[in-house]
Amino acid sequence: MKYVMLIHQGTTPTPRSPEEWARLSADEQKQIYADYQAINQTPGVTPGQGLDTPETATTVRVENGKTLTTDGPFVAVKEALGGYFVFEADDLDAAIELAARVPAARYGGAVEVRPVQEW
Amino acid sequence: MSGAPSLEQVFRDEWGRVLATLIGFLGDFELAEEATQEAFAIAAERWARDGTPEQPRAWLVTTARNRAIDRMRRDQTLAAKLPLLDMPEGTEEPMDETAIPDERLELLFTCCHPALGLEAQVALTLRTLGGLRTEEIARAFLVSDETMAKRLVRAKHKIQAAGIPFRVPPPHLLPDRLAAVLAVVYLIFNEGYGGRVDLASEAIQLGRALAELMPDEAESQGLLALMLLNDARREARFADGTIVLLRDQDRSLWDLAQIAEGRSVLDRALALGGRGPYVLQAALASLHSDDPPDWPQIAALYEELARVTGSPVVELNRAAAVAEAGDVEGALAIVDALDLGGYHYLHSTRAELLRRLDRPDEARAAYDRAVELVHSDAERSFLERRRGELG
Repeated sequence: MKYVMLIHQGTTPTPRSPEEWARLSADEQKQIYADYQAINQTPGVTPGQGLDTPETATTVRVENGKTLTTDGPFVAVKEALGGYFVFEADDLDAAIELAARVPAARYGGAVEVRPVQEW
Repeated sequence: MSGAPSLEQVFRDEWGRVLATLIGFLGDFELAEEATQEAFAIAAERWARDGTPEQPRAWLVTTARNRAIDRMRRDQTLAAKLPLLDMPEGTEEPMDETAIPDERLELLFTCCHPALGLEAQVALTLRTLGGLRTEEIARAFLVSDETMAKRLVRAKHKIQAAGIPFRVPPPHLLPDRLAAVLAVVYLIFNEGYGGRVDLASEAIQLGRALAELMPDEAESQGLLALMLLNDARREARFADGTIVLLRDQDRSLWDLAQIAEGRSVLDRALALGGRGPYVLQAALASLHSDDPPDWPQIAALYEELARVTGSPVVELNRAAAVAEAGDVEGALAIVDALDLGGYHYLHSTRAELLRRLDRPDEARAAYDRAVELVHSDAERSFLERRRGELG
């Protein structure tokens, strides 16, 4: 099974908002970097790219053959996609265990686990 | 063939085991369910004519397996996608019954996987392990057949698409996952306890299977004991549409054999060193069945249960036991320290305590608040009667 792990930052402090990021201790900041590095080095993981802020997003939809573009992320709620990676695993339990290791999951965000559709 | 179990009985007993074996073999819920259904349909026709075979389970598994293989052959593109790479030849030779692994536990853990919604877990467990038809489950949970059918299809699709494993979880996941399984079974039981009797016996069946399959898990034994003990008092719980308090129940309506069975299962759980929430609740149910009940010990067990669960509702029960043990003032102090203002039992318990302390005005106000919050008609009529007795 191949899973795309979508990282929703939620209220997680990130370096993109320096004030909130500064509220974490140096040790906590280091731990977060170390955790992401460990995840990227986990066998089966293909790191994705970090995504820019939701404000920079453009959502594309097609209705009746007409392309509609709107400013902003698709989700209307505050939580927006922060990044993703791809994980090849035996089953969902393995994917859930790895998802739980993503720092955002414990700092108020969430990780959405999506199986890659197989054809 | 006198003395042989009826076809319907065999079907009820074997459905879960045969389906579990087929899912384990095929790795595909839908295909396994269709093939199992076909095998049971063939059996219904053939066994009625020729008699039940000596090894009904082996017959059903073999037939279902052959049906599934036929189906895969007919649809080569489907076959190419199935994990069954070296597809065995179909055979009319039934396999030896003792060689068929019991995979109901794998099935139960799959159905109760936390990646499925709770409603889906419950429905899928009743459908696969319990063998209930979609319409029966729909009726039990008061939704339309169509809604229930969609819920089941979506759940089965998610198991397949998301890769929910068909297995008993490894040790580091087992405690959480077992708690989820026990919660689903107990939820089914409580739905039944609230009046839908068929669901209560369904839950007890599942509990028996779980206790048999996990003989060393104290909590599995504890849950079975708890359900047996509570269910044994079912006939005495209602009279004229009103709830009857335990101490006022007609004990001749209790199922004493079932209470004895519940107690022996509880003994096994305690011998395994169990002090988890189900074991403690079963011990409480057992103590409540004594005449007269040992209230100080009941209060002590509620205290232990409150520590394990952190539940204020358990504290409320402890207060009632403390009052029964003689310390009504102490009980009221426990109740007044609880943050459960929206819970009608808090107010009805307060009312009972205030009435015993001879504070009728406060008791009346507490009954009023309880009546405002209560949902069930049976309980409302009980509360109104108690308030009326204050004069």
